[in-house]
Order: sequence, then structure tokens, then C-alpha cells
Amino acid sequence: MRFRLNGKQVDVRAPAMKRLLDVLREDCGLTGTKEGCGEGECGACTVLLDGQAVNSCLVPFGQVRGRSVKTIEGLRGRHPLQDAFITEGGAQCGICTPGMIMAAAALPPNATLDQVRVGLAGNLCRCTGYMGIYRAVKKAQGSGLKAQARTRAKAGTNRTQKAAR
Amino acid sequence: MRTPVSTFELIEPRSLPHALALMRDSQPIVPLAGCTDVYVALNAGTPPGTRYLNLLSLDALRGIARRDGVISIGALTTFSEISRSALLARHLPALVMAAREIGAVQIQNRATLGGNVANGSPAGDSLPVLAATDAVVVLRSAAGKRRVPFVAFYTGYRLTVMRPDELVVAVEVPPVDGRQWFRKVGTRAAQTISKVVIAAVRAPRPRIAFGSVAPTVVRARRTEEALASGGTIDDAVAALGAEIAPIDDMRSTAEYRLRVAGNLIRQFWTETA
Amino acid sequence: MLHGRTIRSTIPCGRIRSINLTSDPAGFTVVDYRSIPGRNVVALIADDQPCLAERVVRHYAEPILLLAHEDRERLITAEVDVQYEPSEPLLDPLRSPNVFKSIAIHKGDLEAGFARADEIVEGEYRVGHQEHVYIETNGVIAVPGDGAVTVYGSLQCPYYVQKALRVMLGLPAERVRVVQAETGGGFGGKEEYPSIVAAHACLLALKSQRPVKLIYDRAEDMVATTKRHPAIIRTRTGVTREGRLTAIDIDVLLDGGAYMTLSPVVLSRGVIHATGPYRCDNVRVNGRVVMTNTPPNGAFRGFGAPQTQFAAEVHMERIAERLGMDPVRLREMNALRAGDTTATGQVLGRDTSALAVLREAVARTDFKRRRREMRGTRRGLGLALFFHGAGFTGSGEVRLASKASLELTERGARILVASADMGQGSRTVHAQIVAETLGVPYEAVEVARVDTASVPDSGPTVASRTTMIVGGLLERCAAEMRRTLGRLTPREYLKRHGPIVITKQYEAPTTAVFDEDTYTGDAYGTYAWACDVAEVEYDPVTYEIRPVHITAVQEIGRALNPMLAAGQIEGGTAQGVGYALLEEVVMRDGHMANAQLTNYAAPTTMDTPRIDVVIQERPYRHGPFGAKGLGELPFDGVAPAIANAVRHLGFDVRALPLTPERIMNAPPVRKPK
Repeated sequence: MRFRLNGKQVDVRAPAMKRLLDVLREDCGLTGTKEGCGEGECGACTVLLDGQAVNSCLVPFGQVRGRSVKTIEGLRGRHPLQDAFITEGGAQCGICTPGMIMAAAALPPNATLDQVRVGLAGNLCRCTGYMGIYRAVKKAQGSGLKAQARTRAKAGTNRTQKAAR
Repeated sequence: MRTPVSTFELIEPRSLPHALALMRDSQPIVPLAGCTDVYVALNAGTPPGTRYLNLLSLDALRGIARRDGVISIGALTTFSEISRSALLARHLPALVMAAREIGAVQIQNRATLGGNVANGSPAGDSLPVLAATDAVVVLRSAAGKRRVPFVAFYTGYRLTVMRPDELVVAVEVPPVDGRQWFRKVGTRAAQTISKVVIAAVRAPRPRIAFGSVAPTVVRARRTEEALASGGTIDDAVAALGAEIAPIDDMRSTAEYRLRVAGNLIRQFWTETA
Repeated sequence: MLHGRTIRSTIPCGRIRSINLTSDPAGFTVVDYRSIPGRNVVALIADDQPCLAERVVRHYAEPILLLAHEDRERLITAEVDVQYEPSEPLLDPLRSPNVFKSIAIHKGDLEAGFARADEIVEGEYRVGHQEHVYIETNGVIAVPGDGAVTVYGSLQCPYYVQKALRVMLGLPAERVRVVQAETGGGFGGKEEYPSIVAAHACLLALKSQRPVKLIYDRAEDMVATTKRHPAIIRTRTGVTREGRLTAIDIDVLLDGGAYMTLSPVVLSRGVIHATGPYRCDNVRVNGRVVMTNTPPNGAFRGFGAPQTQFAAEVHMERIAERLGMDPVRLREMNALRAGDTTATGQVLGRDTSALAVLREAVARTDFKRRRREMRGTRRGLGLALFFHGAGFTGSGEVRLASKASLELTERGARILVASADMGQGSRTVHAQIVAETLGVPYEAVEVARVDTASVPDSGPTVASRTTMIVGGLLERCAAEMRRTLGRLTPREYLKRHGPIVITKQYEAPTTAVFDEDTYTGDAYGTYAWACDVAEVEYDPVTYEIRPVHITAVQEIGRALNPMLAAGQIEGGTAQGVGYALLEEVVMRDGHMANAQLTNYAAPTTMDTPRIDVVIQERPYRHGPFGAKGLGELPFDGVAPAIANAVRHLGFDVRALPLTPERIMNAPPVRKPK
């Protein structure tokens, strides 16, 4: 089955009802996406599907045909969010971090603290008390995330961001 | 994941008529869209079936439109789309409020209004809005289309009037006069299942519906009547006690649900005065 | 690689009559207790817990049989029929005759103390289980070798796992290798439990002679693994009209669950902290931890101290209410000071900071004025003063005799310790300590992988001991290495003299030895001190308490890495918010009924208030650069601070969590006489 994975067209054979989470980890070798609960509560498995944050544990592989999936591996190199999570104490044990960063990547640019809290409410973190995460998102948004988000929204790949404006 | 899914089928219909033909000829088959309920069941090892019908590509089931004052919301409309809809913000703000409190962003991006309706959980957060606004569920089968008043749609705990060959294709909401009000009370502030959820419309004939206080979402007819006939708010709250049947479960107690439901009636009445 | 699965009891108590794999057995590896080569125990304190049940089960979800298969789907659909002869479970700790451990602390003359009191305030306080909710569930991979086994896992204490495996497999230490994988949160939940996961995976791996991966899903992790101990604490306090404590009499009952696990040590920390950070000449604390037919409880951040200090701080608030006294003044009057003695008679040193943190918290939050202004509104403000002893209790550290090693490298040094970094940042802090002491850049210090084949036993990664104790050992290693190097750079030294590894072992810093028979003496090397102020908002429609703001003033000796220290305080505080307001393990017939993240409500972003951290530093003589233990302290005071803010709103609730259902039925706080 063909779909776009982290910007590249790929063809992956896997059962249609297999969870996207498992296809990413087992069939694509992308283990950055984590499982925390398997029922859409913790957000550790968050990926972007056509630019929107979704829980990959609740997506049948068959539904990504022809669509675009972005995982933590797709952020490539030093994304401002990754840097900021390191320097601001946004990550402790790290298990929620990939999902948290993907959810943060789908936030509107220049998000207020309230918007950040709402936007990350589907991602449980048991280590940080979220304070370091807010600091990290704020810092990343101040340092280039804005520019990236603008480009993405313009390209029309991120419906959430467009609508939030 | 406690369900072996590798042998499960996910059938892709070519069109709505094709999907309806499959629903007629190819039972048992479980329709799915946003999957936010189905995959929770699969994860728990309680699969609702082994053959699934993927509705996501059926564009006929999408879109929010207003015709002759009636708002039609396609079954595949996600709660994120509902949250962002200027049309709904103007005419059906209670549904927008409900949509923003369902799960969190990841769920809102996937879960659909049609799924919430068809799944029929008494805790479904959009359902009290549809009950209070006298919405109509539009069902399609290969045999044709029928419209069922939302308040007649559920017959018991997770039971509906739907036949096995039918699909929810849309929900229609007639014009709503009066101020709309919604409040969800959950076990935490986000990403939560409601303990009590209310939607209401303040009008000369007020309309009030509750979730999570009975086997199905309920319209509080006697409470409405008490208020419409000029009774005191205490009369209304007393009437409510006679028409909801909350239970004790792992999330709350019957006593709490009953008292909070009464408090919500008072809050609704005060805030919309 | 095979996947493993654990078949567990579905009753809380009874005899096993028969076990049958009813699915096609082709390709399955099946293990029951008869396949255990060594002793069928999870070696810890009492060796009372079988690795796999033999004839009886004592709790729901007790492991009975193990399966492995190459095909995960075949494995999850395999059916095993277990027939039982159920018996009546014992679920109420108050009625349990089976006491795992009793501890009594006596200080002064209790009767004389009560005789001097003007008022006697009594109360009972209850707290329930708490689930860790590390976002990564328990899991290991076991790889069999030639008469040996290697385990890779999400765990805190590699040498605990190694010991348990040695006993269970009957193998010498050199044939059991345990490697810590990156660990997605622990909080105590991966202190003792991974020994069981590892044991099961090893049994399957040795029998099949294939690597076996055994990963719990969330529901299994929640029903089967340890929780924070529920407690019932009864307190009776004598106090003078002016507010001086004259006598404290506390009874602590912990529900241990079906097996002993670490319960005696949890009880020990609980009773030692039970008075709260207050001076009183006449104290009695009686503690016991009892058996019930529920899954065993175990380590969780705070380890007994949160339970007893919740009781202590709500009780202090009630004393202030009874006396009609300012709660800050009451605490100021009685707070422990340098030179005072604790309940065990430990004389406190100059790094005693109860008053300092209290005054800072009160000043920073404008506590008294804002409390007055909030009266009659929907806002409440409350505080809790608390402390936490770092390191193992009593002579625990002496007995542990931990070791840490430092190896010279071309660029600097490599740290060899068994401390598991699970997010707290121990690798970073250890490297900082070594870099600073050795005089090399931080980047020149490596941290070796935690692997029992290559690192010494520096003890478990628990008890707020990783910076203070293990970091202290590393400081000594680095100091000696620096002396050894003299003027040579590491590269020069290696060239001239060859490799060196310096190992240091724990030595007791004080002479006042703890007496475990009388429970007197220095219970801990030192204590960290803290005061939390919680502001909450009450919703009269839903009875919900929303936490608005928490100010956490914490004296931790020295913050070696202020960002990581703040992270510990913020994270511990958020867990405390969950414990205070949301998290309730619903036990039905001895098993957790809400074993899903959907129904067990850990705090989301929307449930977590703003947390302001204020760090105070009063260096501890024997800590590295003055550091005290920090990991657990922040948790201890959150629930009582919130409970006291709820009291300020007028609700007399003495049980956790402070759910809307409890608030709705709470009696009003009685006005002073």
C-alpha cells in the first residue's frame, strides 16, 4: 500500500486493520512513535496524518492509503522543538516526548499558554508536570517554529493551523 | 492490543451505493470511520466483528450545510471540523462547545459525529445537544432513506432503531430559537468521559437533555414542562429526579450525578435568564 | 524472538485445581512453577512471593503460567483454562490478622505529655492506592546464553533484578547479566516489580532457548503491578492553649497487599516521617503493615512518607482550627529547628530549614492577607510543611555498602555506576559532579551503560539517594583521580602509567548509629525541607476543586543542576496534584476495576496548575557539593496543602483523593470554640 511517510512516497505491505502505530514500529522500523495505552488516552503515539495530530494506535493502516504520515523521525535534524525540549527541561524520561513534540508541532503559531494547554491535553506526561514542556514550546515558537508553521499553513497541509487563525 | 487483527478485513466501498449494497448483502460487517471507539474495543480484546467497512472515502457523508434553516451535518464530519465551523458557531454553538470537550485534539481530529451517534454510548458528549435541539438522524440503506427523530433513535443501552443494513449518513438540526447551553462534567478537566453532561435551550418552551444519567441520552421532558409552565426551579429539579436514573459506576455515584444534574439545571436557568 | 505472556489468576484467593492450555499447543513454550530451576520466590525481603503460583493464589492477577510463541497473535488468542477452589478473600486491612511488620517509635513520656495538654485533638485520615502511570509499561527482553541469561529491561534497580534471578534460576552472579534499557518513567514502580517480569521472561527464554520479549500492555500493568500503599492513620495530639505540641500519638496501618514486597521499609519511612517536621518531646508512633488478598503494594515516590505526612499536616490544620489559631503561627512555633530532635531522637544539624521554607512560602504567596481576602469566596489557600529523609533509612546505606567507580579515559573519565536514569537526569548530574571535581569539561565525562557485567553495585535507584549517596561516591572517586593525575592530563597519565579505575564504597558519615530494635538514632543522613502553598477554586455546581496555583519552596542542600531540580519539583508536584484530587484506584473484589488510562484519571495539562518553584540551598556537609536528596520530597506535601486549601473553603475532608463526590458529602469545618 502506498502512502507518504515523512515526505517520501513508500509502499508497505501490512494488514489493513493493523494499527498504524504497529506498522510504523514493526514494518517501517520507526520506533520513535511510542505506545503508552493503546486506547487514545495518553498521546504517546501521536503522529501527523495529513498534518493533523492523531493517535496512531487508533488508526487502521488501511486508512492511510494515499495520505501523508509524519512521525518524530520526519522532523529531521535539529527541529526547534527538539532543541527547546532539551534546553528547557521539556523531556525527562522521554517516553511521551515524541508524541508531545508531534502534538506541539500541530499547534497554531504564536499559541497562547491556554492554546498550548488545550492542544497538548491529549498527551500525558508523568515526569515534568508540563511546566518544562510549556517553556519549551514557548521557546521553540519564538525561534523559528513560527516561520516553519507559516510555510506549512501556506502550503495547505495543515488544516488545524489555518482554521485556528 | 489484545485482538488478532491481521486476518480482519477492511473493505473499501467505491461509493455510497456500493457501501449500502455491502451493508445489505455482506453481513456481518462493521462500519467504521474515525475508529476512536472501534480500536478501543480491539485493544481490549473485544472486537465488534472481523469484517469492517471503511466509510472514510465516502465524500457524500461529509460537509456542513444549511438549507431552509435546517443544518445538515454529514456523518463523517469530525469534531475538529465542527469546532471550526463558522456556521455551527452561529447556529448551533452548543454542538461546538461539545465538540471541543470530546477527548482531546487527537480524538477530535478523528472522531465523527456519525460515529458518536451510531456508537450510542450514554456518555457520548454530542448526543445531549442533538437531543435538546430535536435533531433528526438521517439513515440510508440500499432500500432507501429514512429520517428518525433523535429522541426516538435510542431504545436502550447502546441500542438504536437502526437496522443492520443501515448507515447514519447525516444529522439534521432544525432552526433553534433561544439560547443554547452546554456543560460537561468529567473525571478530569480534559480527555475525560463525562459523569454528567447537559445540553439545553432557553426558550419559552425550554429544552433540556442529559447524558450519563440513564441507559441512553435523555430528554428531561417533565423538567422542561415544569419550567415552561412557570414552576419554580425547585419544582424543575424535583421533576428531574423522577425522570433520570443515574447509577453508581467506577467513575462516579448515582447520588453525585443526581445532585449535579439538578445543580446544572439551576446553573443553566440562572445563566440564560 | 518469541513473545511472552503471563496467565494470571482471576480470583483474589483460593486453590488452583487444574491448569489446561486448551488451544493447539504447537509452537508454544509453556512454563509453570515446575520449570523453575532454583527457588520459586521473588527474592526481596521475605521471599514469601512465588515467582509462579503453585497450589494457591493470594491475589487477583497473580502469575500462574507463562506462554511464549513466535506469533504474537497466536499468543494473545491462546486459551488457558484454570479451575479454582475459591476461598473467602481478606480485603479489609483493619481485619487482617496477618502482620508483615510492626514498628514502634517511643520518645519521652506520652502520658505526661498528654497531662500537660490543654486540648487533645484526634482524627483519622485515609488514603487509597495510587498507580504510577509511568508512560512506558513494564517490559523486558531475556536472551538465553550458554547456561546464562541476559536481561534488557525498563527498570530502576539492575542489581535487585540480578539477585532475584540468581535465586530463582540458581545461577551464579556472573551468569546473570542485567542491562537497563532506556526507561520510560519509574517513580518506584520499576523498583521491585521488574524482578518478576525478568524472572518470567528468563524462564521462557531458558526453556525455549530463544530470546523472549515480555511487555505488559497498560491494562495488565495496571491490574498486576504494585501501587502506593493505602493507609489508615489515627492521630491523637496534645497541645497547649498557646499551640505547643506536648504529645503525639500516631497509629499507622498500611495495606501491604498479598505479599511483603518492600512493605516493611515503606512502613519504616512512613512512621519516621509521621509526626511531620515538628518538635515534640513525647511521641509514640505505632505502625503495622498487614496482608490483604489484593495485588501487592510497593515502592512509589515518597515511600510511606506521603501517606503519614498527609495525616500530619491535615491534623496540624485541625489543631489550628481547634485553637482558633493562625495555622502559620502554629507551625512556626512547633517547626523543627537545628539542635532539635526528631521522633527517633536524631539531633538535627545546621541544615534544618523548616522555618526558612515556611517563612519564604508565606511571604512569597502573601499567604495571610490573601487567605483573609478569600474568606467567603470560592477560592481557598492552604499550605503544608514537610520534610524528607534522603537515602536508605537507618543503617540501610551501611548495609548496602554501595560502590561507584570511575575509569580514566583519554579525554577525562567514564562513570561506572548502577544508577538508572529514568528521566530524573542522574547521568547529567553524575557527570557534572565528576567533571567539576576532576577539573575537566563536562563533555569529557562519559557515563557507562548500566549493565551488571560492567558497573559495580551502587545500590538501587531509589530513596532520593542517587545524587546524594552515589553522587557522593563519585565525588570521592573523582577527587582521588585528580590527586592521582597530579599535573598530568588524562592522556598523558594513561600513556605513562596505564589505565586506572578508582572505586569507592559507602562509609557512614555520622557516628550516631540507628538502632533498629528501639527505633532511635539517626534515621537519615539529613533531611530536605519544603513548604507548599496551594490555591484552589471550588465549583459549587459540580463540587469540583480546581487547583489554580502551587508554590513549592524546597530546601535541597544544593541544586547541582537547577533546571533538572526544578523538573523534579514540578513533576513531583503534578503527581501530588493527581494524588490529591483525581487518582483513585477503584478496587472491586480485590481487583482494580478502572485499569485503563481512560478511567484512572492522571492529570492532563488542563488538570495541572501553574507551579512556581523556589529552591533554597543549605548545604549538607556530606552531600556532593552540599546536595541533599530531592526526588521524593516534592510529592509529600502537595496533597495536604490542597486538602488544607479545601479546609479553608470550609470542607472537612480527611481522605484522598478529594473527589467531587467526597466534597459533596463533606461536613463543614467546625469553627473554633
